[in-house]
Amino acid sequence: MSDDRDGVPEEGVDDEDATPDGGHASATPSTHTVRLELVDEPGQLLAALHPIADNGGNLLSIYHERGNKTPRGRIPVEVDFEATQERFEGIVEALRSEGVNVMQAGTERYAEEVTLLLFGHLIDTDLSDTLSRIEACESASVADVSLAAPQGTEEASSARLRLEARAGETEAALAAVRELAEEKELRLVEPLTGVEA
Amino acid sequence: MKLAVIGAGAVGRSVVELAGEYGHEVVAVADSATAVVADGTDGRAAGVDPDAVVARKAERGIVGDDDPADALAADYDVLVEATPTTLGDAEPGFSHVTRALERDRHAVLANKGPVAERFGDLRAAVADSAGEIRFEATVGGAIPAVSTVEDIEPGHVTAVRGVLNGTANFILTRMAAEGLDYDHVLAEAQDLGVAEADPSFDVDGTDAALKCVILANVLSFGAATDPADAREFSLDDADVAGIRDVPGSALRLAAEDGRTVRLIGEATGETVRVAPRLVPENGTLAVSGTQNIVQIETTHAGRLNISGRGAGGPETASAVLGDVGRLE
Repeated sequence: MSDDRDGVPEEGVDDEDATPDGGHASATPSTHTVRLELVDEPGQLLAALHPIADNGGNLLSIYHERGNKTPRGRIPVEVDFEATQERFEGIVEALRSEGVNVMQAGTERYAEEVTLLLFGHLIDTDLSDTLSRIEACESASVADVSLAAPQGTEEASSARLRLEARAGETEAALAAVRELAEEKELRLVEPLTGVEA
Repeated sequence: MKLAVIGAGAVGRSVVELAGEYGHEVVAVADSATAVVADGTDGRAAGVDPDAVVARKAERGIVGDDDPADALAADYDVLVEATPTTLGDAEPGFSHVTRALERDRHAVLANKGPVAERFGDLRAAVADSAGEIRFEATVGGAIPAVSTVEDIEPGHVTAVRGVLNGTANFILTRMAAEGLDYDHVLAEAQDLGVAEADPSFDVDGTDAALKCVILANVLSFGAATDPADAREFSLDDADVAGIRDVPGSALRLAAEDGRTVRLIGEATGETVRVAPRLVPENGTLAVSGTQNIVQIETTHAGRLNISGRGAGGPETASAVLGDVGRLE
């Protein structure tokens, strides 16, 4: 949990801008992933990368999902780069002020992962629609899907979904999945969040 | 203490058998149709003969030759309400308890119905009586859930959650361990006597929900400065989902990821929820078989876990007799 401060002494800690998790010094660069939404026009990708490089981000990889479209009909791009926390925030700001739509921005320690199970008539109720509607929810993206359909596609099947939720938005992401499951008459097995049992 | 034990199922019979060991005397026992009241005719000068009661129940299906009304009218200090749980008006259990209170006697309940469905009415009856009620046995069998919450003080407990139904837990454990489907494991559980012929109460989450409703009432009324402001819960306030349709494939997918599914009940002073939930496979809440666990979240004392046997005659009777001891 990013806000777990147990055991971190309150006193004696460097009193300059403490990072939100109270632990790490902000000068250490870490890997960040931003998910951008680009209009399908020439030059858009380059325009989106400039604010990252110009603001001290060290580009690591770009995943350009040309075949996919976001619910708004745009192209999703995932960019990994290294930056210090302070610079990362500047980069996200710069991207947004350039008019680039940042769908999701976070690092491992900012993203909350949540695993859940769905079961029922997953195939008949259009699994890919289910997944893209979860994607469309601003709080989360689907990081991983495992499907088990032991009796073929017509019987009840099960799926395990790993969602990456924005910090503090796990509950909103779960609520969106809950609503979708209800609409499609799917059963949802939620994790016990906040309980590291 | 002199006990009148109403209900002669596994729990009632165990209370009758064990009462002497705890220093109490059983003066009357009733099932739904028959009763025995100590009047010296049971071969004893005082109290009823526990062995004779149990033997009559096993051999002839009766506890004695008296009328159940005589047991309710007997000269007891504590009435033990151990009849089967009923929903809605929670009768006849509710009236058994209020009759005891009207006579200024105490009542100890193993029957969840009155505490879950009519908590407010019970409190009103207690307010007019010199008697008290206790109901440790209604939640988690042998596990001291209610008294632990009371010891911590409900105002300092933010939530109570756990595995509160051994039958559902047994089924989920076996499904995950053997890769079997629900129907197969249910049949096995029925053969072993872990599940009833009609398992609905357990597998649909009703039983776990009643326990959570009781805990929610304890939390709500215990934390309120003025009980008039406390929210009363009943089964209708619970959000309940059972395990009947959980497919084996879902448990396999969970296991691949180091997780498993448990029927988890959660109660706060505001909500009651029972549903199958994903939990870490080797985590505290993933108790196996018919085990239960109660996890208490506190404001100043962190998290407490108590696991143990959540059902069974002697186990539940030990909770009943513990309550009787607290009333002395």
